Amino acid sequence: MTFDVEVIRKDFPALNRLVRNGKPLVYLDSGATSQKPASVLDAEREFYERHNGAAHRGSHLLSEEGTEIYEGARATVAGFIGADENEVVFTKAATESVNLVAYALTSSVKAGDEILISEMEHHANLVPWQQLAQRTGATLKWFTVTPEGRLDIDTSLITERTKIVALTGQSNVTGAVPPIAEVTRLAHQAGALVLVDGAQLVPHHPVDVKALDVDFLVFSGHKMLGPLGLGVLYGKYAALEALPPFLTGGDMIEVVRMEGSTFQPPPMRFETGVPPAPEAAGLAAAIDYLGGLGMENVAAHERALTARALDALREIKGVRVLGPDTTADRGGAVAFDVDGVHPHDVSQVLDELGIAVRAGHHCAWPLHRALGVQASTRATFYVYNSREEVDALADGIRYAQKFFGA
Amino acid sequence: MQLESMYQEIILDHYRNPHHKGLREPFDAEVHHVNPTCGDEVTLRVSLKDGADGEAVVEDVSYDSLGCSISQASASVMTDLVIGKPAGEAMKISDAFLELMQSKGKAEPDEDLLEDAVAFAGVSRYPARIKCALLGWMAWKDATARALSEGGQHS
Repeated sequence: MTFDVEVIRKDFPALNRLVRNGKPLVYLDSGATSQKPASVLDAEREFYERHNGAAHRGSHLLSEEGTEIYEGARATVAGFIGADENEVVFTKAATESVNLVAYALTSSVKAGDEILISEMEHHANLVPWQQLAQRTGATLKWFTVTPEGRLDIDTSLITERTKIVALTGQSNVTGAVPPIAEVTRLAHQAGALVLVDGAQLVPHHPVDVKALDVDFLVFSGHKMLGPLGLGVLYGKYAALEALPPFLTGGDMIEVVRMEGSTFQPPPMRFETGVPPAPEAAGLAAAIDYLGGLGMENVAAHERALTARALDALREIKGVRVLGPDTTADRGGAVAFDVDGVHPHDVSQVLDELGIAVRAGHHCAWPLHRALGVQASTRATFYVYNSREEVDALADGIRYAQKFFGA
Repeated sequence: MQLESMYQEIILDHYRNPHHKGLREPFDAEVHHVNPTCGDEVTLRVSLKDGADGEAVVEDVSYDSLGCSISQASASVMTDLVIGKPAGEAMKISDAFLELMQSKGKAEPDEDLLEDAVAFAGVSRYPARIKCALLGWMAWKDATARALSEGGQHS
């Protein structure tokens, strides 16, 4: 399959709609949530229309089919990241996946231990660790960022006291891709676990968990063409097995007596309640779609768009891109500051032109502080974005500058 | 283009040349409010004095803020409207502005009461921006309520 944006766009119903002022939608906010191809919507709909039984329960046909689809989706996810099926836990979102690990580690982290994160993290991979530190008396430490928005890897921060290193796989603001495999090697030498926030990594790059050697990888289905409400926690089987349950109730138990209960092995230990099988069917369809395109091709397409955006924005006087100026170790999140025009105002003007971007701190407040800005405007690219849309962004920024006399 | 309906000239004027900006002494209460979605912030001080009939009068409102054109202009307009007014009357103006912002563009604002603030009617059609317009007002309301409840300190 060749990578033809015009053909791809036809698969996404939302991209056909008109927005404000009858303008076609230029969707540059996939970093927040991606649009969905018809095949994902169809998969979810088909589940409800034909197979809607509660998975893992009941011996009737619908329940059996539901179970098969749900477990089939687990296998699809596992295959996509090079994991084994029993290493894939379904959660509500990447955020819940981080919380699951941070809570489950409570009893194995103690005062004096260290938790190592970075200044570059999304709040979802920051606040749960602050909370774990508060619960346990452990010390929270962090890598800072360089003025270019890269991780400043001070290896002296990794010590024998470090229990876990939690890092983003790709910044949702600067697009910077930290050297995860390298940090993981150092962390493992020190006996620490490694969790990677893959919310912005997995949708955009080929990922092989065995090659990265991380202990945990979290990501969300909705940022990779899948439905909202379903996230993934990958964990090495031994790492998962060492964790106690987080959310408890039905399905995750082995034996329940009034005096106490025993629990299933992973991944079931971490999944309770009737499983979100339709969403899992949708995510599997999304992964099939991405697989059809080829993740190498997806990454190359986004790299080309990012290069074009960096070139275009560099030429606009008064615009400063936050983050690396080249596409080396950098993904397709392009946040920028427009001198004299607040991000909310930039995004409002862009919205009038039909261009959807995000304005604010993008749930990465400490990173913005470190880069010396209060907030930023951010464009993020995905499989369905075209070069023309990048050009429209640049034109829109110029129009915003003119409108506000900046 | 509907941009002009949101960014009325009067709003852009206040944005470029905000009134009463900067923190001043003396003051009876100071608050710090933040818009958590974008990080916009305002530090605002209120100074009250006793009016002729014994009711507290807003003597001064001073503020320092970082934010978008809507939040900056709205704070500026707010200071024009409340400074010199009895606290009760100023609260009524604040309530009317809140109502306008929650009107989804459907209200007929009272121009006698809201003056320049009627220009924000267009903003009420953009749910994501309502918080911007309210940031300064909510800070003022909070600071004034605190100053009033501490009471009698405005000498």
